[in-house]
Amino acid sequence: MKISKLYIGLLGVALVAPFVMYPVLLMKILCFALFACAFNLLLGFVGLLSFGHAVFLGTGGYVTGYLMMNTGLTPELGILGGTVAAALLGAIYGKLSVKREGIYFAMVTLALAQLMFFVFLQAPFTGGEDGMQGIPRGYLFGLIDLSDNLNMYYFVLAVFLFGFWLINRTVHSPFGQVLKAIRENEPRATSLGYNVNDYKWVAFIISAALSGLAGSTKTLVFQLASLTDVHWHMSGEVVLMTLLGGMGTIFGPLVGAAAVVGLQNFLSGGELGNYVHIIMGLIFIVCVLAFRGGIVGEIQKIVKRNFG
Amino acid sequence: MATFLGINLFGLFGQLLVGLINGSFYALLSLGLAIIFGLLKIINFAQGAIYMLGAFGAYLGLQYLGIGYWAALIVVPLVVGLLGILMERFLIRPIANEDHLYSLLLTFGVALVLQGLFTHMFGSSGLSYAIPDALKGGTKLPFMYLPSYRAWIIIASLTVCFATWWMIEKTKLGAYLRAGTENAALMQAFGINVPLMVTLTFGFGVALAGFAGVMAAPVYSVSPDMGSSILIVVFAIVVIGGMGSIGGAIITGLGMGIVEGLTKYFYPEASNTVIFLVMVIVLLIKPAGLFGKEA
Repeated sequence: MKISKLYIGLLGVALVAPFVMYPVLLMKILCFALFACAFNLLLGFVGLLSFGHAVFLGTGGYVTGYLMMNTGLTPELGILGGTVAAALLGAIYGKLSVKREGIYFAMVTLALAQLMFFVFLQAPFTGGEDGMQGIPRGYLFGLIDLSDNLNMYYFVLAVFLFGFWLINRTVHSPFGQVLKAIRENEPRATSLGYNVNDYKWVAFIISAALSGLAGSTKTLVFQLASLTDVHWHMSGEVVLMTLLGGMGTIFGPLVGAAAVVGLQNFLSGGELGNYVHIIMGLIFIVCVLAFRGGIVGEIQKIVKRNFG
Repeated sequence: MATFLGINLFGLFGQLLVGLINGSFYALLSLGLAIIFGLLKIINFAQGAIYMLGAFGAYLGLQYLGIGYWAALIVVPLVVGLLGILMERFLIRPIANEDHLYSLLLTFGVALVLQGLFTHMFGSSGLSYAIPDALKGGTKLPFMYLPSYRAWIIIASLTVCFATWWMIEKTKLGAYLRAGTENAALMQAFGINVPLMVTLTFGFGVALAGFAGVMAAPVYSVSPDMGSSILIVVFAIVVIGGMGSIGGAIITGLGMGIVEGLTKYFYPEASNTVIFLVMVIVLLIKPAGLFGKEA
């Protein structure tokens, strides 16, 4: 009861937000929040730290950009194409990387992502260092003009809510329970007869597909697909968002994404712009040393202690 | 032009030499990672940033303190190793009992801070560092021209790699280290100061990266992001070789350098990606890595 009130309240805020704040910034936050939520599905609920998740964001973005510029598809089909491409790549990469665990998993995903980085750098259709620019937003279902920022905002909000709902559904399904069992005690999950690697693999694909969905949507918002999205910095950023917000919590990645995007936006305006990476690194260090629950995790702890 | 079966030998040997040099750096860096991993069970994400720090140390030492190349080769690894010791003592040890993923994230944060600091101070374009006088020039061999500094890189890094291998596999100190890798708690019970050993090991692993950085300063341009790009390749090499053995880390590092060099000659488009592709093949055939011990 309490939780559903919270959901309705947040939805209300999200609906009126574009009249108070700059819609493009809000859309950026929503795209990154979806990306972080998808990432958190792996890190927070299966215990797998992927250090190459940017590759799915970027693949979704490039494929959607290519489709929108060259085929005249409507935006929802363009986004679907990008998402499917990311899911396929996720199926391949997931199959390879779930063979190793822990720190090796992080290194394998990072190296696989770097492989695609060089592919995108050299492939003829991506525009190399310049990226793809001037990608049209098009008409949603052929009807609604997305070049209007307000229309675009509500579309992005709908995409985000769909992704958020899907992750929530996954986490609370029997499948999600098995994932949590794997996180808590992998040998026991194996001994109970679960094929652990297959469960990890499916979770990896869902996470990759939703990251691709986030990337595709982001490409439409900014009408741009570039190497920044596949760079390892981006993989690090999504880790930071999830860690800062609270890994393994439902709302953590959303809060973390808003905080990091907000911070970057704030810093890039002022003379502190040069310090972005230093500050992000410091947040990493502080979070790990003193603040491992993240913002939402720590709040939950306080709530539990005082009202539980 | 010397050719053999239609292959331009000058070009081939030239690329092989470049491959061997890259391989020397890969070997030094993955050796440092393997030593740290053995005892601490963590991967030091800051290893690339430390390598960059080593190169900048050589550059700044020469620019502001008049420390020449040969002195830098000793001083910089010591200073960098000391930084590593401080890092282990004050940042990594407090969270040693937490999930190892946290220490990975911590070292990633350190890497971001270091890289950000140097980008802020020196910009992202590269600086150049002169080859020391004693190693200028080169020798003409039948199939290639061998610059002295490049020969020196290969000899020096192989010597350091071999000495490290010998120290770990053949000396009493190394036996302690290997025993600590197997069971640190038992070592502690036998009266070995394990925390001190962990700290010094971390310092040594980091110092190796600093040493590699000084060696790299005259051949690569000294820039803040020189560490991150090489580190990702080294990670792939670590996955290929597995963390099981010190010798394995050295051999895989050199071998992958040569593979990369050969690819640059025969199919240049794939030279950036070939090591990652080898990693994919190894994951498919032998997921634990070529020298890996775990299942």
